[in-house]
Amino acid sequence: MTAAEVPHVEAPLLEVRGISKRFPGVRALDDVSLRVGQAEVLALIGENGAGKSTLLKILAGVQPPDAGEILVAGRPMRFWGVEDALEAGIALIHQELNLADNLDIAGNIFLGREPRRLGLLDLAAMRREAAEWLRMVGLDLDPATPLAELPIGRQQLVEIAKALSTRARLLIMDEPTSSLSARETETLFRVVKELRRRGVSVIWISHRLGEVKELADRVVVLRDGRNAGEIADRAGIEHDRMIRMMVGRDIDRLARRPSHRPGDVVLAARELRTPAHPKHPLSFEVRAGEIVGIAGLVGAGRTELLTTLFGITPAVGGAVAVAGRPVTPRSPIDAISAGLALVPEDRKQQGLVLEMAVRENMSLVSLWPESRAGFVDFARERRLSAEMIPALAIKTPGDRQAVQFLSGGNQQKVVLAKWLAMKPKVLLLDEPTRGIDVGAKAEIYDLVHRLAGEGLAVLFVSSEMEEILSLADRALVMHEGRLAGGLARGELTEENVMQLAAGGRAERMSA
Amino acid sequence: MSEQTMGNDRGAAAWRALRGIVSPKILGIIGLLAVVCLYTALASDNFLKVGNLENIVHRTALFGILSIGVAFVIITGGIDLSIGSVVCLVGVMLPWLLVQHGWSVAAGVAFVLLLGAAIGLVHGLLVTRLGLQPFVVTLCGLLIYRGVARGLTQDQSQGFGTAYKGLRSLATARFPIFGEGGFSLPATTLIFLVIAVLAAVFLNRTVWGRYLLALGRNEQAARYSGIDTGRMKLLAYVISSTLAALGGMLFVLDINAAQPSDFGNFYELYAIAAAVLGGCSLRGGEGSILGLLVGSALMVVLNNMINLAHPQYQNVEFAIIGGVILAGVIADELVRRAARRRPAA
Repeated sequence: MTAAEVPHVEAPLLEVRGISKRFPGVRALDDVSLRVGQAEVLALIGENGAGKSTLLKILAGVQPPDAGEILVAGRPMRFWGVEDALEAGIALIHQELNLADNLDIAGNIFLGREPRRLGLLDLAAMRREAAEWLRMVGLDLDPATPLAELPIGRQQLVEIAKALSTRARLLIMDEPTSSLSARETETLFRVVKELRRRGVSVIWISHRLGEVKELADRVVVLRDGRNAGEIADRAGIEHDRMIRMMVGRDIDRLARRPSHRPGDVVLAARELRTPAHPKHPLSFEVRAGEIVGIAGLVGAGRTELLTTLFGITPAVGGAVAVAGRPVTPRSPIDAISAGLALVPEDRKQQGLVLEMAVRENMSLVSLWPESRAGFVDFARERRLSAEMIPALAIKTPGDRQAVQFLSGGNQQKVVLAKWLAMKPKVLLLDEPTRGIDVGAKAEIYDLVHRLAGEGLAVLFVSSEMEEILSLADRALVMHEGRLAGGLARGELTEENVMQLAAGGRAERMSA
Repeated sequence: MSEQTMGNDRGAAAWRALRGIVSPKILGIIGLLAVVCLYTALASDNFLKVGNLENIVHRTALFGILSIGVAFVIITGGIDLSIGSVVCLVGVMLPWLLVQHGWSVAAGVAFVLLLGAAIGLVHGLLVTRLGLQPFVVTLCGLLIYRGVARGLTQDQSQGFGTAYKGLRSLATARFPIFGEGGFSLPATTLIFLVIAVLAAVFLNRTVWGRYLLALGRNEQAARYSGIDTGRMKLLAYVISSTLAALGGMLFVLDINAAQPSDFGNFYELYAIAAAVLGGCSLRGGEGSILGLLVGSALMVVLNNMINLAHPQYQNVEFAIIGGVILAGVIADELVRRAARRRPAA
């Protein structure tokens, strides 16, 4: 059985015309079109938030588009669910693999479609067929091997075998190499090339431009939810050209404010190793009055750096000093007593107790030091909210309002107020304006500038290029767990940030 | 009738105390309690008799002590199923130590209370350090402590006989506050009120109370705010088991005999039911001591209603109590949904 020898068709295998998708407050995709021919590897690239994930979810039937058409082999399709997409021959290989690691390989490949005999699983048939699909992806393994025993790279090949077994003609692979070793990546490349030879098409989504150059026949670039260009000839697939296409929007950023004169070093990390990327020691300094942005792609280890500094995922090596005093935060309690504050990435899960009042959220961190023999100082609590609400321009009917009823921007200001109440030396911000409207964003930027002006050291992570460019005095760029480089004020351009952020191992860029 | 007006006064006082600090759902349970009281009073002449009312107040206090304890654990989002067995272990050990082994009163009392605290400490450590589920830890506790109680005593009933009148007066004394023959306040009620006030102050006025409420609602946010969530949960388990031990001691002093195989049976469920009726969410983060008081009273009055008004239904008592609790919880959920539809101003 050679099911992967796909019969030839005239129309493009997949054509997408004018797809749009809106989420509350965001236009994720706006009139996006693309084509995938038979036996073609199409690379889909773009910055964080360019709309790649939304597009692939629509193609895989996870979400319906608001407008636009999907044609498979020239026939218009409507996908009401993942099954419809599979039926049409489109299979999505998720970034996080969707396998049951308590089952064996064969069980995973045929999950939900198990061959049966007399109502019972036909294990023999299952394993026989599974072995054939495994050979197709270059795996010479016993199909009865428990999945949990396979390294991640092989699990991914099993997932591809599973997709092929559903007669998929188009595989959509979302960041397939992000957790693979160099050798596993090589194997995957070989498999993809072999599949292409057999007539299978692939949409390859990756931040690693080196891979794109090696593998893709054609490149489609998305930017801010729109088509931002295409490279149709293999020879034209060049690193710098792709970067320019991903970035090249009109620069309409907010005017940068004068930078504050940096004072003494307040936060110093020496060879700091996070549990997420223990092989990459991180060294950097942040001075009083300085706003330092950490840029990088999703998964580059930026959030992990902040949570390690804050003691949530304690460091596995290295040293941290705050205002010259060494600290080793093993918990947020240690970090707070050293003068660190963290506005976390997930406001609702990590930043706030949603059902509690504005006032109670604001006082949560400073409750103990300001208490009298363990009793809450209610007068001080009222003073704090009476002071913070106007100072941060928080729109709330009152300080007894539960924070869950506030808008995202006002919620974020409550989180900030909570930390300002303890008078921190270093303010760590993780995606400080995620999901916040433009007006509140500008207010939060103003506030951060004001705080830096008062001598606070600010270190923030952002996935938004605009935010890095407009808020930071300088930037650290991370790539796969290491500091790929630092950019001083004068070097802080989108091109430079993207170069460093995308600097995969095959590329020449270095700090 | 004097009893009637007293009920009204109590309601009015409760109303004043509730306003501003308590959500309408506690008013709902107060209403339910009032309806059950009224029904029983109409159905049976014995309900409003002084002795019966004293007994209701007395038993409400005993179950209320257990309920306050478990409420602390429930507020953290956990559960304590071991309460009935701790009541049993302490209930048989106290007379066993004093009568069989000749321990002094002070040593015996101190030992059983410390035993309760130690049990809570172990539960808390297993939950916070090893990350075991509270349900599992305290379910094992439920089995272990009853087994130990039966083993220690060879399954023989333990009691004080006619001795230890002084110690037993902790649970049996009555203070005639309306003169001879009028309503007398049971000593247990005084003990309960002291504990209730302490618990309410702790929960609503101290930093640790605020920490418990915050971590019950969002443990991660609490941890990110520098709260030692593990230590706070540990404290909750210690409070729960210590109050269970105190309750067990008072129960055995009151009844004067404890049969290891059934003493305290199902008491954890009464305590949990009272806490839930009184406004504790099993999701954590919510709880009011006043609600617990009303919830405990409702459990006791329901039992009283069946005994007085429908003794022929004693066999189905559990079904009736379960049905009323279920109705209360359903009504509570419906009220909450209605409230959610029109957002608070």
